[in-house]
Amino acid sequence: MLESIVSYGLAVGAIYAMIGITYNVMFTASRAFSFTAGMLGMLGGVLGALFIDRLGLPAIVGLLLVLACGAVMGVITEIVAVRPVLKSIEQHLYVLSTLAFALLIAQFTAIEWGTDAAPFPRLIPIGEGLLDQKFWIPMLACAVTVVGLELLYRKTLIGRAFLAIAEDAYAARALGLPEVRLRLASFALAGMIGSLAGFAGGEMLLAFFGNQSILNFYGFVPVALGGMGNNRGALVAGLLLGLFQQAANFLVGGIFASVAVFVVFIIVLLLRPEGFAGASGARRV
Amino acid sequence: MHLRWLEGRLTFLLLAIAAVGLPLLDDSYAGVIATRACIYWILISGLNLVVGYAGQIAIGWVALLTLGAYTTAVLTAGTVTPEISPYIALVASGAIGVVAGVIVGLPALRLRTFYFAMTTLGFATIVTQIALAWKSVTGGGIGTPGPVFPWPFAPGWGFYYFCLILAALCTWMTANIASSRFGRSLIAIRDAEVAAEASGVAKPALLVTVFVFSGALAGVSGGLFSSLQSYITPDAFTFDLSVLFFIAILIGGRGSILGPLLGTILLTVLPEIAAPLVAWSTFLYAALLLLIVLLIPGGIADMLDYRNRRPLQQHREIVPQPALLPSLLDRPAGGALELSNIALAFGGVRAIDGLSLDFHSGEVHGLIGPNGSGKTTTLNVISGYYHPQTGQARLNGATLPFGAPHRRAGFRIARTFQTPRLIGGASVLENVMIGGTIDGRGTFAESLLTLPRHRRDERMLRERALQALTVVGLETLAGVRADRLQHSELRFMEIARALTLRPAFLMLDEPAAGLSAEEIRRLGALIKAISRAGTGVLLVEHHADLIFDICDRVTVLNLGKILAAGTPAEIRSHREVVSAYLGA
Repeated sequence: MLESIVSYGLAVGAIYAMIGITYNVMFTASRAFSFTAGMLGMLGGVLGALFIDRLGLPAIVGLLLVLACGAVMGVITEIVAVRPVLKSIEQHLYVLSTLAFALLIAQFTAIEWGTDAAPFPRLIPIGEGLLDQKFWIPMLACAVTVVGLELLYRKTLIGRAFLAIAEDAYAARALGLPEVRLRLASFALAGMIGSLAGFAGGEMLLAFFGNQSILNFYGFVPVALGGMGNNRGALVAGLLLGLFQQAANFLVGGIFASVAVFVVFIIVLLLRPEGFAGASGARRV
Repeated sequence: MHLRWLEGRLTFLLLAIAAVGLPLLDDSYAGVIATRACIYWILISGLNLVVGYAGQIAIGWVALLTLGAYTTAVLTAGTVTPEISPYIALVASGAIGVVAGVIVGLPALRLRTFYFAMTTLGFATIVTQIALAWKSVTGGGIGTPGPVFPWPFAPGWGFYYFCLILAALCTWMTANIASSRFGRSLIAIRDAEVAAEASGVAKPALLVTVFVFSGALAGVSGGLFSSLQSYITPDAFTFDLSVLFFIAILIGGRGSILGPLLGTILLTVLPEIAAPLVAWSTFLYAALLLLIVLLIPGGIADMLDYRNRRPLQQHREIVPQPALLPSLLDRPAGGALELSNIALAFGGVRAIDGLSLDFHSGEVHGLIGPNGSGKTTTLNVISGYYHPQTGQARLNGATLPFGAPHRRAGFRIARTFQTPRLIGGASVLENVMIGGTIDGRGTFAESLLTLPRHRRDERMLRERALQALTVVGLETLAGVRADRLQHSELRFMEIARALTLRPAFLMLDEPAAGLSAEEIRRLGALIKAISRAGTGVLLVEHHADLIFDICDRVTVLNLGKILAAGTPAEIRSHREVVSAYLGA
């Protein structure tokens, strides 16, 4: 039992961590949280099944198409739901605009794809039992994402520009950085990460429009616990969440597992509103 | 004013007449839709205080409807408990709603907007899952029958009138709250939390009260909903409903009662007209939400508010009337506020470094110094926003505890801010009335029912605020929305708000910034008069002329320490001050 808790837990945890990172990438670029993170994950699964199963494309082409669609979706999010409300960010209208946009896409998927969960194709026939591909693919995808982002942010010029925008958008603009284009690029990147999460976790989560709300919530827990914008925090908290949830699943059953996750989430947040790794609030007066 | 009163009441009256006369149509299907609108409104009217007034993004409110519905249904079914009358079960639903409202609401006291939105969403998901899983009580996916209300509100038009009476009651109660000091405080929390705190609004207590009230309404609404549905399953409580409740408020406009009421009617009736599109209903709701947020953030209420679209008079002049001050303030003399040995460091930066300072009622004390010398930080220590590492503050000899900015108003310490903190959606008069919030005596419940104490409070606050507005010279703008004012007018409005508290000590943070020379002269005379009426004024300013004109004493700060202190004449000739700050 312990082995299956670990395999399942780390795999789901990796998916949650990637959705958390999706939130983070969008947040650092715009200071706005976007409800589209879970929607991107959902789309990764649905589009993967559409391209590979229904249209019969090779897996690698399917993956590239999914990533492209995710990037486009990220860009549309920025233009439609984020940019118009950034001017008055203190009113928090982005909460509503991104929620509306995410719902719009999820409902469209429900109508066009169907409301039943569809199977996701097997990609690489390697591994079996608890070492099955459905467990290691999400973990691999998560590792690639985390390492890739670290390299991007620390080693490349464009990555440093991302960080500059995140730190102080005004100052970055004064330095001549193209703030709007960098933000668009960040959202495209977030779109790719989110859809990759759904694609990699497709076999576990299936191609199901309802994954949107599930991933939105469970993907946000690592952000809240790991600290806003903190990708390493999201990785650790995501994996822990996955293990905790699966342990509760095996020990007390599904419904109470989600209740337990929710209760722990609330308690931790009330005790430490900044998360375990976050810094505390800014100057108010 | 009277015309507006009539217009507001008139719309409610017409709606009521139409609702009461509805059975004359003899169309039972219309009756069902109208009943549903009433039930939704019972929930939305309460949620409106949370979302529209307090600005808390509570998305998953459908969870409370679910809990209320199952409570009434299960208690009346008699499968788990002895069979209970639906009317009593409805009260139980309200009680469950209160508990759930507090549970959902508590995180709002500590969490940021998006976090709070997420916790309400999580709660909604959990409640539905429990309803599905707890088969022995809820019937799981198969569901459970809803209650049938006996005479006099039996199904059909009887039940309709029951819901209509409750809906009308909710409209009346929430409108009462909206026009009370509680309603104003909620809007202040939404638009200018810092100013609300400085005026003595205790956010936690107020928000919890509102969550209790709107939780109760949501619970009752759920109980009625279960009866209308006649059979309830977890499927009946989709996330769509949450979105619908939310859109009804946004479409109506934040900070309005009539707007969300019209929004509720619209959203209940619309799907019936657009029946062929039923599969797309959530899609359309989402599209509508997006369009509202992007295109008309002000909602219906803003479009109806033509009064605030009329152009204001150009070239307005602010003419304060300091002569009227004694009747407003009239503070006893002899008070003193002393700081001793205050030190406050942010990381490695010593913002204040061993500062001792005292200021007294009846005098103007100037605090000057270069940028970063610790002037505003000193103000923030006194008004409780910062907690210094060492030192002590004493008010009239008694220790003034650090922290807790919302308790400063109780000590009669008022302040203004470097950037005016206005409550944009409220009128100038309402902005100023906020200043006197703590002098209201009536409770939330008394305001709900407009009992005499509530009416006395309102009269007193209105009179005092009008007086303060006359003193600063803004009385002609009392009814105008604050976000339409010019910068200089906002500065005087903030002073009026502070005066409404009848402060023993008033701290002004750069009140002359952005004012014309003539306005600064009038401001100077006003500040002087405030001090002569017995209030101690602490004035942070960069305009040296103003400082030397009106201050009785001046303290010069540099790098968090006192560089010099004394009368204006002494400071003006102080060698170091002249070289460091004033310039030769």
